[in-house]
Order: sequence, then structure tokens, then C-alpha cells
Amino acid sequence: MKKILTLLILILLITCSKESGSDTIVSVVDATPVVANSSDTSANNDADSNTETNTSDTSSDSESTSFDRKAMLENWVNNIIIPLNEDFKTKLNSLKEETSKFKTSPNSENLKLVKEKWLIAYKSWQHIEMFDYGKAEEIYYQSKMNVYPTDTERVERNISSETYNLDNANNNDAQGFPAIDYMLYGIADTEEKIIEKFSQSDNKYISYLTNVIDKMYRVTSEVSSYWTDSKDSFISSTENTATSSINKVTNDFIFYYEKGFRTNKIGIPAGVFSGTTLPDRVEGYYSKIYSKELALEALAAVENFFSGKKFNSDIKGEGLETYLNFLKSDGSDLSKSISDQFAIAKEKISGLNEDFTSQISSDNNKMLVTYDEIQKGVVFLKTDMLQTLSISVDYVDADGD
Amino acid sequence: MGTLNSYLSKTYDSSPLIVFRIGFGLLMLISLIRFWSNGWIEELYIDPQFHFSYYGFEWVKPLGDFTYVLFLICGLSSIFIALGYKYRFSIILFFLSFTYIELMDKTTYLNHYYFISVLSFLMIFLPLNIRFSIDSYQRKISYNKVPYWTIDSIKLLITIVYLFAGIAKINSDWLFKAMPLKIWLTSKYDLPLIGETIMHKEWFHYLMSWGGMFYDLLIPFLLLISFTRGFAFLLVVFFHVFTVILFPIGMFPYIMIFSALIFFSSKFHEKIIYNISNFLNKLIKSKKIFKFYNTYKIKNTKILYPVIVLFFIFQITFPLRNLLYEGELFWNEKGYRYSWRVMLMEKMGYTTFKVNDLDSGKSFYINNSDFLTPFQEKQMSFQPDFIIEYAHFIGDHYKLNGIKNLSVNADSFVALNGRKSQRFVDPEINLYLEKRSLKNYNWILPFEDEIRGF
Repeated sequence: MKKILTLLILILLITCSKESGSDTIVSVVDATPVVANSSDTSANNDADSNTETNTSDTSSDSESTSFDRKAMLENWVNNIIIPLNEDFKTKLNSLKEETSKFKTSPNSENLKLVKEKWLIAYKSWQHIEMFDYGKAEEIYYQSKMNVYPTDTERVERNISSETYNLDNANNNDAQGFPAIDYMLYGIADTEEKIIEKFSQSDNKYISYLTNVIDKMYRVTSEVSSYWTDSKDSFISSTENTATSSINKVTNDFIFYYEKGFRTNKIGIPAGVFSGTTLPDRVEGYYSKIYSKELALEALAAVENFFSGKKFNSDIKGEGLETYLNFLKSDGSDLSKSISDQFAIAKEKISGLNEDFTSQISSDNNKMLVTYDEIQKGVVFLKTDMLQTLSISVDYVDADGD
Repeated sequence: MGTLNSYLSKTYDSSPLIVFRIGFGLLMLISLIRFWSNGWIEELYIDPQFHFSYYGFEWVKPLGDFTYVLFLICGLSSIFIALGYKYRFSIILFFLSFTYIELMDKTTYLNHYYFISVLSFLMIFLPLNIRFSIDSYQRKISYNKVPYWTIDSIKLLITIVYLFAGIAKINSDWLFKAMPLKIWLTSKYDLPLIGETIMHKEWFHYLMSWGGMFYDLLIPFLLLISFTRGFAFLLVVFFHVFTVILFPIGMFPYIMIFSALIFFSSKFHEKIIYNISNFLNKLIKSKKIFKFYNTYKIKNTKILYPVIVLFFIFQITFPLRNLLYEGELFWNEKGYRYSWRVMLMEKMGYTTFKVNDLDSGKSFYINNSDFLTPFQEKQMSFQPDFIIEYAHFIGDHYKLNGIKNLSVNADSFVALNGRKSQRFVDPEINLYLEKRSLKNYNWILPFEDEIRGF
């Protein structure tokens, strides 16, 4: 009798402590921003140990070895996230410098250079938009950098009033790359008139442009330092819980593919969610010729991350692709289905007009077909991949129904 | 007839019922407090703008802030049950309030909530307050013997649950593919010691699958036989603790561990009551004199016996209703619920809806997150009855918003037990015209594989 009672109490104590550690919680749909408190694990790994594997997508011997999740996180942060962030910061800085040259001498040549740097930085941005993690999540980084369509009225109001706070969420659609797009291409209908506005003696336009870029650079620096400072705790957070690095980054990736990429770049403008096309909602609306280029860059970012490809190299490290190959030891080729689908989507996007606005007006059906192919990838990621990784969607008691 | 009569007149010590009552009341109270303290009342019953209803119970509506009062009533009644205060009234109140809570939103359906509703219904008819309760204290009458069948009825219910759970595991996915345990065990790689070792091993997946099946089928009998009872209870504890570690499964394991105690002898339960009463005597000095009657005689047996018999006939037949349907049970889910299929499959879906304005010819996809919580969206994505109810909700919503003539189509994919995702709903069929029904839905596409077994 006593034995059973003590046993019961022991069990209760053990299970109560276990229960708190065993949540498998993640929100795939955009839920409330959870400030990622990186787990307090004792990370006794050498911070710079790069266990680089020169394997591409070969499936590992799943029975004898287990998957090195730490290596995957290391690959993610050391070979992908940090280098991409640094590269972006550099290119953003280049835009900043070019803009101040333009401020000093607002002429056609300098405007052309600013436009070039803007595009280069914008393309680099496509590679990091999906990492809505940590500091980026906390400061709503993505919504300060790439909310479109731009609210041009608000931009003009801000410019003329000169009183505005870019930190205010109301100004999200009046800053970032899309706002610059508007300013470089859309504030007047000829290039001469645009340069005129930037040469105004009251400096209103040029101030706004520089302020927007300064803001972008500031928040980018914050996010960059965050990554270098927190990479150790990021790498050691290998558990299967809602706030672990693996789960959050995977979910961010899927969310980006569905929302940032599929919905924003293709879905909304093609009228998928509204019944009528919204051709002015494309990315790069004012510059008119870059929407396809940006979309292709974003898809490349998706493919690279999925395959664990290291920045500026053809070598693939551990990533979702190798992880899936490990888990799917029964021979089914989920990761190949996914990468094949990405390739199909790439083909479709490549066949579109470089200006999506004009594509939508001339033949929106091609946009819809493209959307459908991207959508197939969403299904693979959100059902097949999540089921294989066993990352669930929400935490409440749940029987296995 | 003779053996039936002699069985019905057999008596037993009343202590198992008493301990059961106290434990049940306390566990329910803990359950409700836990639910409230996790903020789930707000999150699941008050915040969502839409709730999925049970077939035939669409009239059970959420109550807004009054939901807290409902939980309070349920909690108070569970305290009264534990204390044995106005027992009959309390258990009925508990049954009604708890069941109402469950009926408000099908999203939160759990087999163990259903179990509690069923069990508390049975407990209405059992004499649980005839001893060691405030009721018996006030009446100054205490019975130390009850008809044996009252204790047996609880054992029978538990046996039914386990047996059906075991039978449910006799299917080719579970036994021959070790699915879905293969997915779930592998995902628990962060458990100390076993996480990176046996949790990955295929033999372990099969061991757990087969072991789980045999456990469910054998444990009621191991508990019944006094020789194996102690060992069986250790198995019970081990099994359910293991599920706590693996799954976010709430109070179910503790309730099942506790319920297994009903199989123990009166000696065991007497000791518990003795300890509790010693403890209480230290707090409350009382010298009331009890009249100790011998055997409690059940009243109104002419009505009671048929009710109990009907109850058990229902418990044994209702879980079998899936046999009436064609098609793959795991796919169509007709008869899946209320059949003790616990943690049996890993099913994940992705379901979006397209609204077509038939007059203008325009179509658009809706955003599920505009209407559903992430939890609701998850549950909706792979369960047909949710899909049809939601499709109607969407249609009604847009009709109200001005689209007079519309149709609703679903773009739906489901992955089951590690298979590649497959299209679930026929995208050509206008779900707005389809009706919710107990029959198989012709708009669910056939399952492109085969699962043999129950």
C-alpha cells in the first residue's frame, strides 16, 4: 500500500517535470509574435566549430547514425544566415553611400547608380526575408523593409510635413524598399522631373530618401549583431519544442514561402484572393521591370535554404533536405519531390513577363498557372514535410486524431 | 436466471467506490483548474469567432464570458463529488456542465473528455455517497457493503475502453509499418538517454506498436486476476507515464492510472480510507455516532437495471459503427470518433477554400486565418465534417456580404501516417450545396492506398 503510494507520488513528480519539457508546439500560421527565448541549455560546443560536411543530398545511413541537428543549425547560422546578413548589410551600405553622393550631386548618372545599388540590395534582401527569428521577429524587421504596395499618399504627406516617425507601424508601407522604388521611379513621370524633385532647395525628398535608407540600415545592423551575438544559443537549441531554433526557423521558412513569396509576389496581384486582379500590388511596381527578377531571386533563396547550400558556394551542408532524407529512410523521395517542385515553379516564373503588372494585364492566366505550381510546394512543405519532421501546429491536449 | 440473480445479490465492501469517488472528484477539479490556468477557456471558447458544432447538437452555443461561470459550476460540482455532498445532484450537474463544455466546440474533442462524460453518466446511477461522505455524515447512516455489480460496472467500462483501443490498433499501418509511432518516437530525439538511441531504432518502433496493442488487450484481464494485479498496475503506470513523456496528452494518463485502482481489493481501499480519515480526524474532531448498516440496497432497480444494461449495450455497439461504412476509416473518419481510437494516426492536412461568384464569374481564395484559430484550422484541414460545416459558414458569410449566387470549392490535401499527401476533397464539387450527413460523403476522394484491419 505504502509502496504504491510512494510510487505514485514519484511518478507524479517525474511526469510533472517531464510535461513541461515535452511540448511540441509551433504555429505555422502567423500567430502572435513569440519572443524567442532561446533555451537555457548548457552549450558546451566550440563556437566556431564548423562541422562542414561536403555532402550534397545523399541520404545518410539512418539506422546506425542519428541526424546531427547541431550541424544543421551550425550550417544554417554560420554558412547561410550570418553571411547573407553581412552581404546584405554591405550592399545596403553601398546604397546608402551612393544616395549621399546623389544628394551632393543630383544628376542622371548618380541616379542611375542609386537605382543599381537599390536593385542589388533588394535582390540580396530576398535571401534573408525568410529569417523572421530573434531580433528580426522582435522588431518586426520584415515589415520595416518590404511592405508593399507603398502608400504613396502617406509618403508624400511625410515628405511635405517633415514630421513622421518611421518606427510607428502606421508608416510600414511608407518605408523600406518599396518606398524607395516609388521615390526613384514614381514621384514624377519623367526622370528629369524626378531629379528636379530631389534637387529642390527644401531638400524634402532627398531627406526622406536618406532617412528611409538610414532606418533600413539601422535595423539591419541590429539584426546582424543579434545573429553574431546569439549564434551559440541558436546552435544549441536543438530540441523539438515550439521555441527551439529548428522549429521556429522551419516554420518561418514555410511561412515565408506561403506568404512572402507565393501570396505577396504572385497571389495577391493575380487576384487569387480577391476575384479581380490587383496589378498595382506587385513587388517593384514603379520600376516596372524587376518583379520577375526579384521573384526568381526569392525562389533561389528558398531553394538554397532548403538544400542547405552555403553562401557563395555550391557546397550543400546539412539542411532540411538532408534532414528529410534521413527521416524518410523508407526510400520515398520527399525531398526530391520538393526540389523538383521548386524547379517547376522556377520554370513557370521564368516564362512570365519581366514586369508582372504587364503580365497580369496581357495574360493573367500565366500568373495563375505559376501560382498553382508554387502552391503545390506549399502542400509538400506544410503537410508532408511537417508530418515527417513531426512539428505540430498548436499546443492544446491533443489525441492523435 | 439463477446465476444472474445470485450475481446481482452478491455484495462487496464499499470502499473501492468511495475511493473512486474521491479520486474522480479531485482529478476533475485539477483538470478544470489546469484548463483555466492555461488560459484555454479564453483561448478556445471565448476568443474564436466561430465554433465547430457536433451533429445534432448545433444548439449548444458558446456562452461568452458566462463560460467562466459554467467552468465554475463544473469545478464546484467536482468538489462536491469528492466530498460526497448532495452527491446525486452534484454528479448530474457535473455531467451536464462538463458535457456542455465539450459540446460547445468540436475542435477540442478528446477521447478522454468523452470518457469522462460517459463515466460521469454511469456514476449518476452508482451509490458513491453511501459512506465516508458528507451525505452519509448528515444522514448518520453509513453502508459498508454494496452490490458487487456496482463496482464491476466501472471495471467493465474501463475494460471496454481498453479493449476497443487495443482492437483499433489491429491494423496494417500500426502493426506492419509501425505507423504512426515511427514518426512520433523519432521526433522525440531530445529525450535524455533514449532520445538519440532507441527512439530511432526500427525494432523499438515495432516493439512499441505491438506492445501497445497487447497492453490494451490484456491489461483489463491482468488487472482482474489478483495474481497478476500488482504487476499489471506497474505496467499501467509505466505505459501511461510513457505517453505523458511522449505526447501532449493532458490529464488522460493520470485518469487511467487512477481508474485502474478500482480493480484492487477492498483491503487496499480500506487502507486508503483509513489514512484519509485519520488525517481528517486530526483536523476535525467529531464524535458523531454512525449507524453502520450492512448492505446498501439499490432502489428503483426496475428502472435502474434496464438503464445500465442499455448503457453498456450502447458502449459496446457504438464504437463499432464504423463497420457500417465503406471506404477507409482513417480517411473518411465516419465512425472514427467515440470509438476509443486514441493516438492512433498521424494525419495532417492543408485545406483552403475558393468562393465563386456565379453571377460575375469571379473567384477568390479565402484566408482561413480570417475566420479560424490555428488550432481550428489544423483540425478542420483533415476532418470531413469540419470541412463541410466550415464551407457552409464561408458561403453564408459571403452571401451576407453581398454575393447572392455563390459556390464554394475546397482545395484540400491530406497526408496520412507518413504517406505522400493526396488530394482529399473533390475540387469540382460545390460544397455549399452539399449537406452535412451521417452517410459517407461523396465529395471525399477515395483513399489511394489500403489499410487492412479494424
